[in-house]
Amino acid sequence: MTAMQTHDDHRRQHKPLALVNARLIDPATGLDAFGGLLIASGVIADLGMHITEGTVEGAEFLDCGGRTVAPGLIDMMVFAGEPGHEHRETLATASRAAAAGGVTTILCMPNTDPVIDDVALVDFILRRARDTALVNVHPMAAMTRDLKGEEMAEIGLLQEAGAVAFTNAKTSVANARLMRHVLAYAKDFGALVVHHLEDPSLAQDGVMNEGEVATRLGLRGIPTAAETIMLERDIRLVELTGGRYHAGQISCRASLNIIRAAKARGLPVTCGVSINHLTLNENDIGSYRTFFKMKPPLRAEADRRAMIEGLANGDIDVIVSAHDPRGAEGKRRPFAEANDGAVGLETLLGAALRLYHNGEITLHRLLDAMSSRPAELLGLGGGRLAKGAPADLVLIDVELPWTVEPEHLCSKSKNTPFDGARLEGRALVTFVAGRPVYHYG
Amino acid sequence: MSIAVEAPLSFPHRHLLGIEGLSHAEIEGLLDLSEEAAKLGRQINKKRDDLRGRTLINLFFEASTRTQSSFELAGKRLGADLMNMSIPTSSIKKGETLIDTAVTLNAMRPDLLVVRHYAAGAVELLSQKVDCSVINAGDGSHEHPTQALLDALTIRRHKNRIQGLIVAICGDILHSRVARSNIILLNTLGARVRVIAPSTLLGAGIDRLGVEVYTSMREGLADADVVMMLRLQRERMVSSLIPSQREYFHFFGLDYDKLGRAKPDALIMHPGPMNRGVEIDSNVADDARSVIREQVEMGVAVRMAVLQALARNLPNQ
Repeated sequence: MTAMQTHDDHRRQHKPLALVNARLIDPATGLDAFGGLLIASGVIADLGMHITEGTVEGAEFLDCGGRTVAPGLIDMMVFAGEPGHEHRETLATASRAAAAGGVTTILCMPNTDPVIDDVALVDFILRRARDTALVNVHPMAAMTRDLKGEEMAEIGLLQEAGAVAFTNAKTSVANARLMRHVLAYAKDFGALVVHHLEDPSLAQDGVMNEGEVATRLGLRGIPTAAETIMLERDIRLVELTGGRYHAGQISCRASLNIIRAAKARGLPVTCGVSINHLTLNENDIGSYRTFFKMKPPLRAEADRRAMIEGLANGDIDVIVSAHDPRGAEGKRRPFAEANDGAVGLETLLGAALRLYHNGEITLHRLLDAMSSRPAELLGLGGGRLAKGAPADLVLIDVELPWTVEPEHLCSKSKNTPFDGARLEGRALVTFVAGRPVYHYG
Repeated sequence: MSIAVEAPLSFPHRHLLGIEGLSHAEIEGLLDLSEEAAKLGRQINKKRDDLRGRTLINLFFEASTRTQSSFELAGKRLGADLMNMSIPTSSIKKGETLIDTAVTLNAMRPDLLVVRHYAAGAVELLSQKVDCSVINAGDGSHEHPTQALLDALTIRRHKNRIQGLIVAICGDILHSRVARSNIILLNTLGARVRVIAPSTLLGAGIDRLGVEVYTSMREGLADADVVMMLRLQRERMVSSLIPSQREYFHFFGLDYDKLGRAKPDALIMHPGPMNRGVEIDSNVADDARSVIREQVEMGVAVRMAVLQALARNLPNQ
């Protein structure tokens, strides 16, 4: 596995590149056809049956061997370490991990040090990403100053500086009045508010899902009500303000029901789910395996089933990796004292394809939830195969078996819950603005 | 000699508690009377005797410089005996209720009572407990009728009409009594009223008050004849209605760029006191199109007219 540093390659790359003999899947339009795709000047110049090795003059060719070409994945929840946590991750390492996972755009979280709550920090991320990152990086900014949940951040100025959404990272804004003001104010700017769902008083001291497993293990539980109470409150506030609201991650059936009802009422509400909550459950914690400690906590199997059901029918809009790199020092501790979080950029696609191979979800919906739908929510140009769209693409071998080996992960931190897992399907080549940033093998 | 003789006016009200309830004709009548008072204010001898022998009390439960001095000057020019009472320091701390204060004052037999209070509805409540005429000089976030009248007078003097003008009221609509009185008055006189503010400073149901609602200055100021700025109070940031002063100025402060969307001869107004660099650029405030100082002058004239109009309805006239 190598990630290619290609600033020089890019300058040398004058010729258009044709991906031929491919299965083209565009979740945005429902396209699923064999053919080719022509990349020129960083955008998709053309695509269709007529793009073959014989038809495009002066282009370089990549024979895809019938494998899938899809829009590069867009991951709405990535902790990228900079500034302040460079020992866990940097924009460079996170972007290499992203490229290796077929992810061409990441949204980085503002829970950095200092917090991304000022235009200068947004500018720092954009410049740092331009200079060091292989994939597109968009900062999400803090919606309250210093993420303290006390005062509204400068949403308008931050958006002008380049913040694509606003979030309180891994904490909920407990003050309903402040949340109301944030939603109302953000609405004036058309800004999306992405909220973490956890009532702090109910979740206090909890370290895993509340229930039989937690009781057996002697660990303090976090009830699903900590999530649903916050979600219900938020939806009432959306109703009051009309603000655009995205529940960053939901984890249980009760939340899914709330989202479904809100959508049925026509409210501007969407939600995400992490790859972990689609593929793992609380039993995976086994004997206190801290790599399975995360927020929201892994829930019961019935909740995981509900997440798949919600994803399949579109009630759940997007899948995120919830990439949260943690060093060994934070994970090699008693479960209750260990850090939350798991890396996920490189395993996102492979783990998601499990659901496809199990016949639980179509390839289209799966890819939609990781590319077209997030692009739509965020107003980004990528996430589709269309003439003129940025050539952010991934060549996927849907069937290829591989084993997750933490020591080979590009991320600086190796805290993957898929340690040793055998996955089926992965990114072979990843293109960002038409240039290859990753080749498998 | 009385100005009222020159400008006949039907104003059958004992109090002026708000613009709400005033007719088109009554408002125009007050403005005509104010016009006369404005002329008087520019003469060397400004003294009249309409209120000679009458007692006027300025009762202010909330600090004010310009409104209080404006009423004081208006009363003195009309020959009233005048007393200023500022309450924040005295009775409230001693626990006296508003009604007790009213009853006490009433016993002193004033003829006219000018009242400002921090609570909406307080002036009306007080008016029910006294025998004199009461003028609302601002009650909480409810009404400030003499401000709306002086604004209308200033506009009329420059545009010769109110009917059909596009008036954009910008800023903290939610807490502004000036905005409420102006919305009612301008609508009564047939203007097209717009309000422009971030959603957090608009107030629920504002669209039902007969205004066009905008959250963008660039859109809301398009083709405006009058741009009326409101004062932003610092505590709005503490309560997180807006993020910061610099963000507020960037999006809602009146600068030349945003003003460029309004008509070239748009009037620039502000009820004062201004926060230069917060809701209005300092140069814009001093621009040739700014009538902010004239508003202060018209304030005295309007208050004279209101005192005269009410004095004519006092007993023993």
